[in-house]
Parts: sequence; structure tokens; C-alpha cells
Amino acid sequence: MTISHKLEGEALESELKGLIADVLGLDPAQAQAFGPGSGLFGHLPELDSMAVAGLLTEMEDRLGIVIEDDDVDGEMLETYGGLLAFARAKLEA
Amino acid sequence: MIATWTPPAAASGAGAPELLLAFDRGRALRVLVCPAWFDEANKLRRFTAEVMRRLDRAGIDSLLPDLPGCNESLAPLHEQTLEGWRAAMIAAAGALRATHVLAIRGGALIAPPGLPGWHYAAQSGPKMLRGMIRARTIASREAGLAESSEALLAQGRTEGLTLGGWKLGAALLAALETAERVLAPGQSDLAQSAVGGPGLWLRAEPDDDAGQADRLAARIAQSLAGEPG
Repeated sequence: MTISHKLEGEALESELKGLIADVLGLDPAQAQAFGPGSGLFGHLPELDSMAVAGLLTEMEDRLGIVIEDDDVDGEMLETYGGLLAFARAKLEA
Repeated sequence: MIATWTPPAAASGAGAPELLLAFDRGRALRVLVCPAWFDEANKLRRFTAEVMRRLDRAGIDSLLPDLPGCNESLAPLHEQTLEGWRAAMIAAAGALRATHVLAIRGGALIAPPGLPGWHYAAQSGPKMLRGMIRARTIASREAGLAESSEALLAQGRTEGLTLGGWKLGAALLAALETAERVLAPGQSDLAQSAVGGPGLWLRAEPDDDAGQADRLAARIAQSLAGEPG
């Protein structure tokens, strides 16, 4: 998928929440209620290491970013806020 | 109905019979289904069969052959090549007298170019590989092993590589690094957004979605009936 314009603000949040719900099979309402401190890896049973791989690949596709091996650490995956900050930084890079 | 089909000897190395799932009532419209690959094949198997069941009800035959080395096949997966699979699907199209093709995800990479049809949620070779290699590096990291994607790819190009339990040969892996599907004349995209809902290949476990199967089959039936699809 080609992203023709940079995703920002609420559009980025909505896209990110939508793809988390899609990848993990969550109720979309549950994902839409995520706040910066909502726990992801280690908190959501759906998010195991295989699902992490799927989540990152889907983020690359839908956000038009490239995620390197070294980018992936516990901090970015621990909370929704961490993942959002990571996505934002990648889009601005 | 369960039947068999026999790929050309060059494609599988042995030319042994492979499984064929078919709704075959000898009708005029016959859709060859090029299935998704590897883990996605398992996750989408039921969905694929449900789409075929709906096509049957709509008066359309459909034929889902096993790729050599996949599903119930006895041929070794690590001996399979992209070219071999392409040849196998062309041979299947001929032997089964297919009039159209429905290629699913990675199956779009081997859709016979001579048939009109659809690529559902087509996946490219590089994206497929990237996802599979990432799953392996993350699992390795959890196990305390440091593996880099680059080193794994380099190893895979010469020795082949096991990704998510799938033993890919060096030739297949190297071909996937650059493999992009091509929409042949008469073939068109059916994106997941046209079907609605999250793609079932994203699920952690194989799942089913009757609504998605209804919509995908309806798009195909409408397109075959000459209506705007």
C-alpha cells in the first residue's frame, strides 16, 4: 500500500489502533480505548512473539515505514504510548 | 470432493499425484484456486474452502490443487522452486480445464498468466520473506540467541533456511527476494478492503468468517456474470 501523505495526529492514532485490533483480533472498541499507558507486550495475552512479527510487518505496510531489527526493543512494545511514539518518530525520520 | 491431480515431473521432481479439493460438476466456469502459502495456507484453508462452497452454489466449479511440497504433498518442500510452482499451476490449469484463476495472497506469485481472474490480497515475495524472517529473529531473541535478518538471508541464499518450521530451499528463497506478482491481461485485484474486516491470515489461529467468504464469492460471481464487480 502506498501512503501518499504523512499520517499525523488522530489519523495516525486511529490507523495504529485499527491495525493492532486487526492483528490481535481485538474488539475494535477495546483498541480505540487505548491510552498512552495501556500495556501491550506482556499485558495482552494475544500479543506473543509471533504476533509481534505480524504487528511490525503490518505497521510497515500500512504506515509506509521500514522497521529494522535493532529498532525492536521492549520499550516500544511495552505500552501503546511507546508504540505510538515509535511510529511517530519513524514517520518523521 | 477430494480428488488428485498429477503435476508435471519437472515441477515436483517425482511427478507424483497431489491432492485436489474440487467442486467439479463439469460446468462452463471453472476457477483454479492458487492457495496462500506456508502458515497463511493453514490460516486461510477453511476460508478458501468456504469461498469455493459459495461459488459452487452460484453455479461455478472451483479446483484447489496442492502445490508440490505443501499441504498433503509428499514431495520435499526444500526442493521446490518458484519456477516449478509456476509450471505446476500452468499444468494444473490445463489438466483441470480451468477458465479463470483465483490467486490468494502469495498464490498471486504463481497465478497462470494465461487465465483471467483475481488476485485476492496479493502478497509480494519480499514482504512474505520479511515477515517470516522477522518472526524467526524475534523468536530467537526470546530464546536468548542473536540472529540478524541479513545473516539469515545470506545463509539462506546458499544453504536454504527454515522459517517458522517451513524448510525453504536456497533457490526458492533467492527467487522470493525479488518476486513481485504480475497482473496478467484479464486479471484484477481484489483487495481486503473490498471484502471487509481484518484479513484472516492475521489471526494467530486458523479462523473462519462467513461474511467475508460471502462477499469474496459474490464479487467473483458478479464479475463472471458481467456485472460491475
